[in-house]
Amino acid sequence: MLQETALTNTKAENKSLNGSELLLQALEKEKVEVIFGYPGGAVLPIYDKIYDSKILHVLPRHEQGGIHAAEGYARITGKPGVVIVTSGPGATNIVTGLTDAMIDSLPLVVFTGQVATGVIGTDAFQEADILGITTPITKYNYQVRNIEDIPHIIKEAFYIATSGRPGPVLIDIPRDIATAVTEVPEEREIYLPGYQPTLKPNYLQIRKLTEAVSRAKKPVILAGAGVLHSKASCQLKEYAEQQNIPVVHTLLGLGGFPAEHELSLGMAGMHGCYTANMALYESDLLINIGARFDDRLTGNLKHFAPNATVAHIDIDPAEIGKNVPTEIPVVADAKEALIELIAQEGKPPSHHEWLKTLAGWKIEYPYVYENNANTLKPQKVLEMLYQKTNGEAIVVTDVGQHQMWAAQYYRFGKANRWVTSGGLGTMGFGLPASIGAALADKDATVLAVLGDGGFQMCTQELAVIRELNLPIKIVILNNVALGMVRQWQELFYEERYSHSKNPVQPSFVKLAEAYNIKGYVIESEAKAEEVLAEVLQNREPVLLDFRIDANENVYPMIAPGKGINEMVGVKQK
Amino acid sequence: MKRIITLTVNNRPGVLNRITNLFSKRNYNIESITVGHSEIEDVSRITCVVNVENDQVIEQITKQLNKQIDVLKVTDISEQSIVARELALIKVLSTPNTRSEMNALIEPFRASIVDVGKDTLVIQITGESDKIEAFIELMKPYGIKELARTGATAFLRGTQRSSNQVKNISIV
Repeated sequence: MLQETALTNTKAENKSLNGSELLLQALEKEKVEVIFGYPGGAVLPIYDKIYDSKILHVLPRHEQGGIHAAEGYARITGKPGVVIVTSGPGATNIVTGLTDAMIDSLPLVVFTGQVATGVIGTDAFQEADILGITTPITKYNYQVRNIEDIPHIIKEAFYIATSGRPGPVLIDIPRDIATAVTEVPEEREIYLPGYQPTLKPNYLQIRKLTEAVSRAKKPVILAGAGVLHSKASCQLKEYAEQQNIPVVHTLLGLGGFPAEHELSLGMAGMHGCYTANMALYESDLLINIGARFDDRLTGNLKHFAPNATVAHIDIDPAEIGKNVPTEIPVVADAKEALIELIAQEGKPPSHHEWLKTLAGWKIEYPYVYENNANTLKPQKVLEMLYQKTNGEAIVVTDVGQHQMWAAQYYRFGKANRWVTSGGLGTMGFGLPASIGAALADKDATVLAVLGDGGFQMCTQELAVIRELNLPIKIVILNNVALGMVRQWQELFYEERYSHSKNPVQPSFVKLAEAYNIKGYVIESEAKAEEVLAEVLQNREPVLLDFRIDANENVYPMIAPGKGINEMVGVKQK
Repeated sequence: MKRIITLTVNNRPGVLNRITNLFSKRNYNIESITVGHSEIEDVSRITCVVNVENDQVIEQITKQLNKQIDVLKVTDISEQSIVARELALIKVLSTPNTRSEMNALIEPFRASIVDVGKDTLVIQITGESDKIEAFIELMKPYGIKELARTGATAFLRGTQRSSNQVKNISIV
């Protein structure tokens, strides 16, 4: 008798749900805090259920803004950013964001609506072959064909997005699947025989690396974003200190190792500092941890670390040996590999000369600019921002000169304070990404450092900042130009400034005011002091239009095709 | 150089797209690709013949393929002892005068005539790609009207004379 009651109870619990309800249930199960989404025809059934959901829904003013916001959120939290958009144009509007997330290894779970299964392939209204479009720019993608699969696919998608080398996963949901009704299906275990990321390093390679370190005279660690993805900055610090090895950063890896640390050499690459680039060039042992030897880092491969034994720790075996021949390959999660390396307690290298040389370079060749009382220098603005936020703000950038200045002059003390579009170099990324970053860390002050060009690519998201009252300080380094394009035209195209200078600009302050956000035009250091003192005290959004020296260039620079040792614009202090 | 790669993959919509996409995205050159069911349900076998410049490229190809979630196994079998077969259908002009002459060519190649028309023959030939190439060359003078080739499909022979085994034997 008792048994029978129990049976009926389970049956009653096993009630019928429609596809949209299953979807939201699965998102709750994954502890999703925020959805960045934009409604439309094909996702109306899903939006009808979002209406009742407890999960925060943020409405960007363009799907592109939505996915960049999700990227900002993912970058800070390490959790997948969740995006829901409608079929057709909604789906195609997120293509840039997916590509950006793919190349910078950011975990996203993206839902796209789709026309009903019966009309797929008939060029129905708002139909787009989003699976076909997104195959090369997603880690994986699905189209749900059976409603019963929804919970399992979502579970799998979250696992794939966050495990191994993170990346975006897309789930396409036909409209009829979202409305179909089924009994809640039984939970299944994830079984992916073709996907088994290697986390633990091979012991022999770890030994080999430890021995190479003990013999090295000029060792250097190159720390990439892999250190951040695997939350290994503590281990990196411990290992670098144990072995006394200096650390160079990639653009995306900034924050993985404290910038003020004695062993930190700063950022390498096209606009990296002299010490970092020369350290890579001169080194006899290069330990790459979670970087992918991108061409903007290496410069001409012929001149890249010509004397170094290369060790490469990466969770993605395909990255090892892709661009730079590698003697010591370690396929592993960065944290696991570092823990193993620390445990070896290998003999530290005897390399006092090397450390002395590097320390000398650091003093002799820092980033320099000529400050001038008549103009406002962008570098000065970033130095002020760094000091006034005690280096603790989250800095989100767009792409271009301002991005490089931010990377050079904002000295990150800890991990996950830096959000930028690295691999793809997506203009328009900064403003929406700052929204995601602000939602990810509600206590932080967020500096959205933008150029006047990139700001205008996603200006509409000011509405979201106002709506959610986010403490985002929008810093526009306004040179009334597409600065990086202008710089290249100056250097490589005989100063023929084709479409890069003096575009007609709205008043950014008035634009901000239209969204009920306070704005300031800042033309001098004195004014900057005054305004920053005021606006960094409160938690209000604000727009700061810094009128910077329009002729300022980013230096040092490695010209395209040149080696990492052929920097121009290096000045002695 | 030509390399033969075999893959086993989950038989799921979009898999072939993902794989061919990868080849074009990474700028690799596929010479032929064949797909079909394998001995395991829901698992397909793909055989790719690729033309690469050096070993580094083939290493990248196998690594990139391996990274795909639906790819279960990737093997570069070029260096191993394999069975590789391709099928070609050749529609060739044939008059009563040339027919017996053609028959004399078909026989040693163990090809077969699968259709006879008023002035054409359809010849089916299977074998390794080189053999098919050679046969096509022989048929050219008669006038090839249409040609269809499947591309190579291949797997390992039952017994391998791997370098490991050879070494073991020599030590013993």
